[in-house]
Amino acid sequence: MDVLTMLIPISLGLGAIGLAAFIWALRTHQFDDPQGDAQRFLSSRWDDKPRPD
Amino acid sequence: MTDLSAGYAPRLSACPACEAAPLAQHVAARAETPAHDALILSLPTAHCALCITQVEDALTAHPGVRSARVNLTLRRVTVDAPGLGADDLIPVLARIGYEAHELDPGALAATTADRAGRDLLMRIGVSGFAMMNIMILSIAVWSGAEAATRDLFHWISAAIALPTVAFCGQPFFASAWTSVRARRLGMDVPISLALILASAISVFETAQSGHHAYFDAAVMLCFFLLIGRYLDHRTRAIARSAAAELTALEVPRATLLRDGVEQTVPVADLRPGDLIRVRPGGRIPADGEITEGASEIDRALLTGETLPVPAGPGMILSAGEVNLTGPLVIRVTAAGRDSSLARLTALVEAAESARGRYTSLAERAARGYSPAVHALAFASFAGWFWASGDLRLSVNIAAAVLIITCPCALGLAVPAVATSASGRLFRRGLLIKDGTALERLAEVDTVVFDKTGTLTMGQPQLVRADLPQDLQPVARALAEASSHPLARALAAGMADVEPAALQDVTERPGQGVEARWQGQRVRLGRADWLGAADDKDGAMLSSWLAIDGQRPFRLDFADRLRPGARECVARLRAEGRRVILLSGDRPAAVAHLADELGIGECYAGVSPTGKADLVGQLSDQGARVLMVGDGLNDTAALARAHVSISPASALDAARVASDMVLTGTNLLPVAEAVAVAERATRRIRENFAISFGYNVVAVPVALAGFATPLIAALAMSISSITVTLNALRLNR
Repeated sequence: MDVLTMLIPISLGLGAIGLAAFIWALRTHQFDDPQGDAQRFLSSRWDDKPRPD
Repeated sequence: MTDLSAGYAPRLSACPACEAAPLAQHVAARAETPAHDALILSLPTAHCALCITQVEDALTAHPGVRSARVNLTLRRVTVDAPGLGADDLIPVLARIGYEAHELDPGALAATTADRAGRDLLMRIGVSGFAMMNIMILSIAVWSGAEAATRDLFHWISAAIALPTVAFCGQPFFASAWTSVRARRLGMDVPISLALILASAISVFETAQSGHHAYFDAAVMLCFFLLIGRYLDHRTRAIARSAAAELTALEVPRATLLRDGVEQTVPVADLRPGDLIRVRPGGRIPADGEITEGASEIDRALLTGETLPVPAGPGMILSAGEVNLTGPLVIRVTAAGRDSSLARLTALVEAAESARGRYTSLAERAARGYSPAVHALAFASFAGWFWASGDLRLSVNIAAAVLIITCPCALGLAVPAVATSASGRLFRRGLLIKDGTALERLAEVDTVVFDKTGTLTMGQPQLVRADLPQDLQPVARALAEASSHPLARALAAGMADVEPAALQDVTERPGQGVEARWQGQRVRLGRADWLGAADDKDGAMLSSWLAIDGQRPFRLDFADRLRPGARECVARLRAEGRRVILLSGDRPAAVAHLADELGIGECYAGVSPTGKADLVGQLSDQGARVLMVGDGLNDTAALARAHVSISPASALDAARVASDMVLTGTNLLPVAEAVAVAERATRRIRENFAISFGYNVVAVPVALAGFATPLIAALAMSISSITVTLNALRLNR
């Protein structure tokens, strides 16, 4: 059962990383236009280099 | 956060003016300060990846535009263009085939920084994270972890679940508290009770080293209910932003003349006795009497008449009318609360309270459900305690009953359907402003249409011109000199004719245009000015062209039918609904249009109060009326009807009074909306049946004391998923 002392913190830690990533995405307005983002990748406009913002 | 039932019930405000006025005033006040760099335009017709690239490319190619970004979810484009106005950019988009309207960034600020929505999303994320981790531990327990391991897993679950429930359950606790204080049982009371009881029982059981802990159930409940809450919030936020968007379209300002100096002031600052100037093409900002100038007045939005009325000194004008041809100076007789506009608003208020509060399906379900759940849980506790005398067992069973009957699927049933239905209608160009509008729309059996501006575009179109070849260039050139709607229609109708060279072109306000052509006087204008005989009762509008000494030529115009109007009426009639045409216009014009669209019932020359009364009579006879209208004269009828729709071109008062707004020009989505609403309501009922079905199966198990956390988790997730999938079927 010693393995539990490792596995439980690891699984919680991985989950926490996911949660932190989600909160970061939320804070940086990445959920403001889900429909547009779903469509944007279809256009090849900024395929070569990122959009200069 | 309000509770579920309160969230559905209210219209945006009991009084449309209260909703629109402060926002509009705020807009007017801000208009004094220099314009923003960022412009926001609404794009009702954008829908795909190609639209995004086309719009962004066209705008960025326009000189002066630094960047443009489309938000497809909200159908908006944000343009960074210092020094440019919406008037410069709207034609750019029109050229590539996109409708665009200006929006005020200030009025929209609240919706872009949607704090409440992000707050809910955050809670969903946290509860999702907690749910997954607790589930991993629970599965170990369900598959047979024993003694110390089980206790350890339960304690870790408790450490994750308790803070999660405390944080994520806040929206439910808050609204349950408000409804308890108001002595009502909303849907949130059993939810909060289940959350608290499940957590408390589980902590107690864990401390006693018991077998069953419901931490996973409590957190899962939070997760699913928060999703329902978020969907509901989003639907209402879109509705709110739609209302804000609409008020942002019109800025009420007036040009005040003080000691001969012109000054722009908000309409609210006007006082009786003030002199104001109204330019041709401008809307009259307050009731008043003309002191100087001659012009023609378009009353279409107030009365539904398509024919402009000549106006001269001494004539009384009402706010909302449009000045057409000549500049006017008006002495204000009533402004603000005393104006005819405000009186009409009062009429709307009265009509609205007459319509009463509609009880939504969700409210009706909650009203029956909550007491039943509480009674059931209490009965199971009392029954088991009486039978076994074991307090711990009885409380456990009561908690299991509460968890299993918790309206998890019920909380998702309505928001999931509403989101999917309003999303579908949004893509077709319909904004839903009211939470219960869809349900009310599904009950409609009678549809009342206004004529001018609703079934027609409110813009005349040249239909017949018996002009000799050599006079056509003259007509075109004369027409271009005026901003009168008929002249503009004539110019548009003869767009392929080369205009003739004219001298001394002068516009005679209220009469027409005259000029010299090859030494002769030519005139374009009203029949009486040219000495021609006009038939005032004809279905057509007409204008005349004359060369001195010759017989005048007649030019006929008709109001253009709104695209989709014919199909919309045909479809509604095919579905067996009664269609009525109601207009303030001349009988001949109304009958002509009714004939053309195949509408059997029509009423002409109806006053604004008459319209509201007629709609009221229909309701009294038991009809569920859908009113579609755009004018100020329709406002009271719109508010009185069971449900109402107005086009985006409508006056703001009309848009505020109606439940839905048509953002595109096509009328067909109206017929479609009725069909979608019927299907949506059917889905809601199905969803209620599904979640009730799950309860019928699971509750006896819980009552008998066989419910384990595993069964609770299965029942809850399966019913939530079924309900959501059923709602999504609407999107096909």
